[in-house]
Amino acid sequence: MVEKRTAVYTEAMLESMKKVEAARAANTAFEPRRMTAEEKETLLATYHPDYKQSEFEVLKAGVNKGGKVPTELAALLQGKSRISASDVDLSKIDYDVDVLIIGGGGAGASAAIEAHENGANTMIVTKLRIGDANTMMAEGGIQAADKPNDSPAIHYLDAFGGGHFAAKPELLRKLVCDAPEAIQWLNELGVEFDKTPDGTMVTTHGGGTSRKRMHAAKDYSGAEIMRTLRDEVLNRGIPVIDFTSAIELILDENGKCAGAVLKNMETGELLVARAKTVIMATGGAGRLHYQGFPTSNHYGATADGLVLGYRVGAKLLYADTLQYHPTGAAFPEQIFGALVTEKVRSLGAKLVNANGEVFMHPLETRDVSAASIIRECTARGNGLETSDGLGLWLDTPMIELKGGEGTIEKRIPAMLRMFGKYGIDIRKEPILVFPTLHYQNGGLDITADGMTGVENLYAAGEVVGGIHGRNRLMGNSLLDIIVFGRNAGQQASEKAKTVTLGALTLDHIAKFEAELAESGVETDVQSPKLLPDYTRKV
Amino acid sequence: MENMVNVFLFGKKYEVPSSLTIMGAMEYAGYQLVRGCGCRNGFCGACATIYRIKGERELKACLACQTKVEEGMYVATLPFFPLVKQVYDIEKVPVSEAVMMQLYPEIYSCIGCNACTKACTQGLNVMQYIAYAQRGDFEACAEESFDCVMCGVCSSRCPAGISHPQVGVLARRINGKYLAPKSEHLENRVQEIKDGTFEKLIQALMQKPVSEMKELYNNREIEK
Repeated sequence: MVEKRTAVYTEAMLESMKKVEAARAANTAFEPRRMTAEEKETLLATYHPDYKQSEFEVLKAGVNKGGKVPTELAALLQGKSRISASDVDLSKIDYDVDVLIIGGGGAGASAAIEAHENGANTMIVTKLRIGDANTMMAEGGIQAADKPNDSPAIHYLDAFGGGHFAAKPELLRKLVCDAPEAIQWLNELGVEFDKTPDGTMVTTHGGGTSRKRMHAAKDYSGAEIMRTLRDEVLNRGIPVIDFTSAIELILDENGKCAGAVLKNMETGELLVARAKTVIMATGGAGRLHYQGFPTSNHYGATADGLVLGYRVGAKLLYADTLQYHPTGAAFPEQIFGALVTEKVRSLGAKLVNANGEVFMHPLETRDVSAASIIRECTARGNGLETSDGLGLWLDTPMIELKGGEGTIEKRIPAMLRMFGKYGIDIRKEPILVFPTLHYQNGGLDITADGMTGVENLYAAGEVVGGIHGRNRLMGNSLLDIIVFGRNAGQQASEKAKTVTLGALTLDHIAKFEAELAESGVETDVQSPKLLPDYTRKV
Repeated sequence: MENMVNVFLFGKKYEVPSSLTIMGAMEYAGYQLVRGCGCRNGFCGACATIYRIKGERELKACLACQTKVEEGMYVATLPFFPLVKQVYDIEKVPVSEAVMMQLYPEIYSCIGCNACTKACTQGLNVMQYIAYAQRGDFEACAEESFDCVMCGVCSSRCPAGISHPQVGVLARRINGKYLAPKSEHLENRVQEIKDGTFEKLIQALMQKPVSEMKELYNNREIEK
């Protein structure tokens, strides 16, 4: 899996690498202490990107007026619709369904399977293909408290504390209590998990967990889940309308959600989907590149669901908190920002600075780890320069020292392959990392039944806010898309049985525009964004 | 000045920085991608691409997001390939070779040319996992095909018309559901939760003031 060397290290990198190698045996044995609560607070306030006030803007219009969100998101939330009501003939219905699911990732697919199971006429619409989603790229694993020394209560405490005591208790309760059943459901669908010969799940720690409850399928955990869910959606004959985005929600005359205006991404054709209930499962926002960070997210992660929901009056919760994954690839530049799974640290690799020193416990929560790496590279000057910025070492050969030869190939083959493409053998050499924009902690505010503040508009997956509070633990996102995806599918399909739709309208577009004008917001930005633009501007 | 190379996108020549991936080169040239771009990270299989270096005979396949450009590279993307996906009910499939005979009989027409393996963008031994599928060894097929991203390049090269990635999915689902050992601790825990074993404990946590939760969190015991 390791090809010809094409990555070109600088002199400084090579010299530093020697120090890392020399200190490896001692560093592997070394047990760094964890930070105290006070140390963490100070560190976050000084170095975490969420605390950089200049990068946020106060919203002037909409249900979260007065709240602050990242500047890039504010522009989209307070942007103009891509259409006027007059562009669409709402009497001409192209798709008429019980449950419309917007988004083809893990949450959308889980929701579709459950809604279909409940007898609903269900349809998925996605702007790319089903499975082109962050779910597919989740490497490390999925949490569930299913070992004898663990319990949902301990899982609750880990997640609540890790999220800075801000999670909505009823949502977090659901997450941890439904977790074991979620694993069982996946396993029954045929998802493979790493197990010992007697069937015991192989579980590890993640940052901030107090029990080893990370279940995995090598480091293709999300891919294994996603391709199985996709296969099941197709087996059930649930229609998937791909390369078609939702560009505006449709309400009925009573203000309840009743469908969406769709746009064919290739031909530009506008289509009307009428639905008794709608599930927003559009995922995150990494491709907005907040504060100029690279991202580990897939191509379509542009916060569309937040924009669509916000425009019809769905409230956002914690939209000002983002997760920067501590270990994005910092080198070589071709994979700049790509995810280096936390599982690398779960298996024993430690973070090492340019001088070869272990400067922190490798399994602090993600926000703390990211801030600590930023401090080490900037204020303390112990990072290395790369063509795109700074980075420091994640000493992967420690894994083989600790777990024995062959551990890397067996447990994290995707990482071996990703660096192997550039001739870097992570079994023998450390890799350079730096935080990358990874996850949207906040999003649409929902109640435990999955509904947003707008009746008959449900939400599931990364587009939701409140489940994780202000920081999410590794492995709780794959869990959340399954638990809340299934929940939304069950609830929305049940609700659809009692819904009688009124006349469809797009009046909210003009109404929101008027509100923007009244609030003094002037904008040329059209939203939702749909896709980033990476073409070279000459 | 950056080091530049000449690449031919669908036959048209562009000069691009040599550090770019094929996907990066397309965007540098001005393509706003819709198809053929998904995770941009080697996991989704959306950007299957074939290329030939000028002057060489061999046709190579890769993922555009994971491959650096080279001088004289002729590139054509394969954003969609018509794989055959058979529909089945996972609750009712026979756990034997019979399922492959029923759903994917073409795997028995494999002529052993190994073009699938040579083309695999993940470097998998594709022909081997098809051989395992032929004889109903789902566990071996699942393991060998595990890293498949379903880009479809193998199938595009197959003279027997096999949809290898779909065969792999079927084998993995059968293995995961029926053949892999059951997890007793998981089943026990699901039952305990159904019985309400943890309900009181969780309710108590939900009602505690934050100060008390902080105390509990900061002093919790962490498994070694």
